[in-house]
Amino acid sequence: MVTNVSSFGRSGLYDWIIQRLTAVVLASYTFFLLGIFILNPDLDYEQWHGIFSSFGMRFYTLLAMLSVCAHAWVGMWTISTDYLTDDMLGSKAVAVRFVFQVVCALVFLAYLVWAIQILWGIS
Amino acid sequence: MLVSIYRYNPETDEKPVMQDVNVDLPQGKDLMVLDVLELMKQQDTSISYRRSCREGVCGSDGMNMNGTNGLACITPVSSIVKPGKKLILRPLPGLPVIRDLVVDMTIFYKQFEKVKPYLINDEPATAIERLQSPEEREKLDGLYECILCACCSTNCPSFWWNPEKFIGPAGLLQAYRFLADSRDTATVERLSALEDPFSVFRCRGIMNCVAVCPKGLNPTRAIGHIKSMLIQQAT
Repeated sequence: MVTNVSSFGRSGLYDWIIQRLTAVVLASYTFFLLGIFILNPDLDYEQWHGIFSSFGMRFYTLLAMLSVCAHAWVGMWTISTDYLTDDMLGSKAVAVRFVFQVVCALVFLAYLVWAIQILWGIS
Repeated sequence: MLVSIYRYNPETDEKPVMQDVNVDLPQGKDLMVLDVLELMKQQDTSISYRRSCREGVCGSDGMNMNGTNGLACITPVSSIVKPGKKLILRPLPGLPVIRDLVVDMTIFYKQFEKVKPYLINDEPATAIERLQSPEEREKLDGLYECILCACCSTNCPSFWWNPEKFIGPAGLLQAYRFLADSRDTATVERLSALEDPFSVFRCRGIMNCVAVCPKGLNPTRAIGHIKSMLIQQAT
């Protein structure tokens, strides 16, 4: 067994399941939004505001946002451990990989906080 | 026919080079790539490669022929080279080259060893063989036939990126061979050793392994079965 501390669930199985569950959430959210646009061809600001004022929509959107972050984290972590390795970069690899992972984590966290601000900032 | 062959002798050469060699092939015959190599070796005895059975059973002469891995002894020249084109021979990709087409397969065998490729059974030994039903035995078909030629693992990008962490298609095919064996009692331990993010889950389903396996085996399907077993155990 290969040990690791920085993967999302610290287990390949959990990462793999999270990747697939979040993909389902994102697909369903995408189709849901598409459905709204198709059913309301002349959507105006008032209707849009109304949709996002309900708790259900805010919850669903937050769930989608959390899914984006988890999905992206697993994906970016995988990319960093595939390409930013000792074989590719030599002794600098650990530092480069670590910085890359921290930057990714900060970006995802910022998006998440921003999304919450937007969603619950609707008056 | 023009053959371009990878030449490297670490004792004398600074860098590997591709050497073009003209080989006279007998008319009206479709030779195997190994036969071409044998003809080349008659001209230049320093050309090095592994070979033994010359019939696709021993798995010694795995190499990269015009970009695709395979066994030289069972690959007809006509199947990989269009008329008038060059035959390009390189060692299996991703492994350290010892000389010419001979690669160091230590890491490949290390990954094979990791999956404990032998039957583990903690029940008292029986007086006769441990019997299997025909159905139980059938589950091992498509798994036990692997000859460890390394064509699959060395054509797998995930194995190129993480050869020390990702077990690779050949090792995982054997991992499943023992997970699927009704006589093996170490299923839980075997699965626990595989659930990290690298050993199994680096497989991205690229399926190069399936495309190149000279025995027509399907490591990707075996890896899928391992993932299903891991999910069943964890939920």
